[in-house]
Amino acid sequence: MISWLLPQASTFASTIDGLVLLIAVIVGFWLIVAEVVLFGFIFKFRARDGIRGQYVSGEDKSQKQWVSYPHYAVVVFDIIIIAAALRVWNEVKVEVPPADEQIRIIAQQWSWTFVHAGPDGKLDTRDDIRTVDDMYVQRDRVYTFELHARDVVHSFSVPAFRLKQDAVPGRAIRGWFKPTLEGTFDIQCAEMCGMGHGLMAGRVHIGSAAQYAAWMTNLTKIGAAGTAMAPTLMADVAAHDHAGTAGGTR
Amino acid sequence: MSDHAPDATHASGVAKTYARRRWYRSRDAVTSHTPDATTHVPGFVKKYLWSTDHKTIGLQYMLTGMAMALIGAFAAYVFRMQAAFPGASVPLFGRVAAADYNYLVTMHGTIMIFWVAMPVLLGGFGNYLIPLMLGCDDMVFPRVNRLSYQVFFLSSVVLLASFFVPGGAFGGAWTAYPPLSANSAYSMTPFGSTLWLLAVALEFVAFLLIVIAAVLFMGSVGPLVAGAVMLLLDQVVGTGFYDPARGGDPVLWQHLFWFFGHPEVYVLLLPAMGVVAEVMVVFARKKLFAYRTIVYSAVATGIISFFVWAHHQFVAGIDPRMASLFSLTTLIISIPVAEMFFVYIATLYGGSIRLTTPMLWALAFVAEFLIGGVTGIFLGSAGSDIYFHDTYFVVAHFHYTFFPIAFIAGFAGITFWFPKMFGRMMNETWGKVHFWGTIIAFNICFIPLFITGTAGDHRRIFDYAMFAQLATPEMQSLRILATRALLVTLAFQVVFIANFVYSMFRGAIADANPWKANTLEWLAPSPPPHGNFATMPVVYRGPYEYCVPNRAEDYWPQHEPGGDIAELGAPGGRRPVQQGI
Repeated sequence: MISWLLPQASTFASTIDGLVLLIAVIVGFWLIVAEVVLFGFIFKFRARDGIRGQYVSGEDKSQKQWVSYPHYAVVVFDIIIIAAALRVWNEVKVEVPPADEQIRIIAQQWSWTFVHAGPDGKLDTRDDIRTVDDMYVQRDRVYTFELHARDVVHSFSVPAFRLKQDAVPGRAIRGWFKPTLEGTFDIQCAEMCGMGHGLMAGRVHIGSAAQYAAWMTNLTKIGAAGTAMAPTLMADVAAHDHAGTAGGTR
Repeated sequence: MSDHAPDATHASGVAKTYARRRWYRSRDAVTSHTPDATTHVPGFVKKYLWSTDHKTIGLQYMLTGMAMALIGAFAAYVFRMQAAFPGASVPLFGRVAAADYNYLVTMHGTIMIFWVAMPVLLGGFGNYLIPLMLGCDDMVFPRVNRLSYQVFFLSSVVLLASFFVPGGAFGGAWTAYPPLSANSAYSMTPFGSTLWLLAVALEFVAFLLIVIAAVLFMGSVGPLVAGAVMLLLDQVVGTGFYDPARGGDPVLWQHLFWFFGHPEVYVLLLPAMGVVAEVMVVFARKKLFAYRTIVYSAVATGIISFFVWAHHQFVAGIDPRMASLFSLTTLIISIPVAEMFFVYIATLYGGSIRLTTPMLWALAFVAEFLIGGVTGIFLGSAGSDIYFHDTYFVVAHFHYTFFPIAFIAGFAGITFWFPKMFGRMMNETWGKVHFWGTIIAFNICFIPLFITGTAGDHRRIFDYAMFAQLATPEMQSLRILATRALLVTLAFQVVFIANFVYSMFRGAIADANPWKANTLEWLAPSPPPHGNFATMPVVYRGPYEYCVPNRAEDYWPQHEPGGDIAELGAPGGRRPVQQGI
C-alpha cells in the first residue's frame, strides 16, 4: 500500500509494507462491517409513527452474544496482528545481521553529519570521510549505523527505507539497513528539534559498488576526508555540548 | 440510585439514601443553601466571581474552554495556511516564520487538550451534571471547587501571556521533550518555555482540585508533576535532570510525560462516552444495552491505560525488546474499548431513533471514533509504527480520536443540556446546518492527512521545500485540500456560536424536561436554582427505562413513584441491582 506512494529502497521496506497491508485488510474489513451495522440500525430503527422502541436490557446471555462474538473476533485478530507486528519489529530493530559496512550518523541543530568508514572499512581512522547532509551507501550491503545527537533529541528517518530511530544526546544507538534500490532519497529529522526543524533535511545516495567508489574518491579529493588529526567520536559528539552549556542554561 | 417501589421493605433503603445525601451537603454557613433560600439575592461578585454553585463553576469552565478553543482554532488556521501556501502572508497574521510555525503547533496542541477538552468535559459537564444526575444539591467541597476554577483561569492567563514575552512563545511541541525544552540555548525561547511549563503545571493543580475522574487522573498526573518540577528546575535553576552531559537522561521525561499522557486520553474519552450514552438512550428511546458490560469495560480500560505509555517511544531509544510488551498491552486495550462501541451500536437495535441535533452528534461520535480507533492499531503495533511514528498519519489518527472526544461529544452534550443550562432551546435547523457542515468538512480535512502521512510527510514541518520526495505537486494539492476543508470547518463554527448566543437570550422557552428523559437533572427546573431541587428527589429505578412494555409513556423518570418493572411483565426486566447510593 505504501509502495504506491513511495519506493521500497531497503530489505525491510517490503516487510513493513506487508504488515501495514495485513493490518489494513483486517481493520478495514471490520471497520466497514461496524459502520454498515451502525448506519443500518440508524436507518432500520428510525422513529416511525405508532412503532415503539423495544425493551431490551442486554443482560441476558442470548442478547449479550451479539456483542460477545464480535468481542471474541477482536481478540483473535488482535493476536494475529501482535504476532505479525512483533515478527517485523524483531527483524528491523532487534536482530542485527552481521555488518558489511559501518557508518556513524551525528545529528545536531540543524544538520546531519555522516562519518563514512573510508577504504579501510573502520571508523575513527585517518581515512574516514565526513559529509554533511549527504550520506553515501552501496547497494546490497548490510550497513550498521551508530546514531548520536549533539544537542537535543532528533530522529533519523528515511521513509524510502521505512526506517526511523530517535537520536538521543548521551547515547549511541545502533541499528542497521540494507539498501536495495539505486537512487537518491530524503532523510528527515522526525522529532521536533527547535527552530530549524523544518530545514533539517538530508539525502541518502545509493549506488553500485563502482559508483560508490567514484563518490568516495571524489570526496577525498575535495577534502571532505578527515584532517591530519583523526577526528574522534569524543570530539565529534562533545564539541557541541560545551557550546550548548556555555551558551547558558537559562 | 436505582431503588424501586417505596414499600415497607425498602423504606430503610430510602432512608439510607437521604442519610448519605446529607453527607454531600456542606454544613458551612457560607456555602450551605437550602432550596428555599430565595430571600437573599447575591450580588455580582458573589454570584459569579465567588460563587460556590457547581453549575456556575461548570458553566465558567465550559465558556472559558470554548473561548480558548477559538485561540486554538486560530493557531490551526495560521499554521495550516502556511503548510498549504508556504511563504504567503496569512490574513490576520502575516508571514509565518519557522519559529512562529513551531509555537503555533505547540500552542494548538497544548490549548486544545489542556485548555479545551479538559475544562469542557471534566470541569464543565462534570461539574454541572454529576451533582444533578445524582440528585445532590452541590459538590462535596464547593469552595475547593471554586478555587480550582480560579487556578485554572490563572493558568490560562499565564499561557496567553507567554505569547507576548521576549523570544516568543514556546515552540518545542506539546510533548516538550528535553533537552530542547530544558535549555533556552536550544529552544531560543527563554521566557516562553518557562511560562508554558508554569501554565501547564497550574492547570494540573486546578484539575487535581476538582476531584473528578480522581483515581485515573491523579494516578497518572502525579509522576508528571514530579517531571515538570525537574524540568522547571532545569530551565530556571540550571540543574541537569534531563541533561546527559551532567548525568541526567532526556528519556526520563518521555516516560513521565507519556505515563500521564496516555491515561489522559482515556480520562477524556470516558466522560465523552458517558455524554454520548446519555444522549443516545434518550433519542433512541431505548434502554442502554448491557449496562454492566460498559461499566466493567470502562474500568478495564482505565486500568490497562496505565500500561501502554511506551508505545509513544518505540523508536525513542528504549530497549527494543521492551516494545513487545507495550505493543501487547496497546492491542489489549482495544478489546474493552471495542466492546464499549459494540454495546453502543447494539443499543440502537430495536430503538425508535429521532435524529435531533444532539443525537446526530452522538451517532457521529461513534462513526468517527471507530476510524480513530482502528487507525490506532497501525501505531500500536510496533512493526508498522517504525514507519508511521511522527508522520501525519499519527496527526490524522489523533484528530479522529480527539476531535470526537472534545468537539463531537462536546457539541452533543452542549446541544442536549442547553435547555437545562439556560432554560431555552437551541435552534434545531441551525444546529443541523452546523452539524453537517462541521462533520463533512472535518472528514475532508483529515482523510488527506492520512494519505500524506502514509506517503512520508513528517510532522511540524513549516515548509516541505527541503524534502524532494515530499515537495511534489500531488502532495501539495492534498495539503491544500486539507487546509480548505479546515477553513470550511472553522466557518461553520460561526453558525454554532451565533445559534448558542441567540438561543441563550431568544430561544424558545424550555420546560424542565424537553426531551422526555429519565435522569434526575430533568426533574430540576431549567435552569436549576442554587440548590438544584425544590425537594430532594427519591430514586425509584435505573436511569434507562425507556419503552417499558405496558406503560403508556415511553419513558419513566427515575424519581416517579410507580410499580416494579418486573411486575409490568417486561421481558428481561429483572429488578436492577441496587447500585450506588
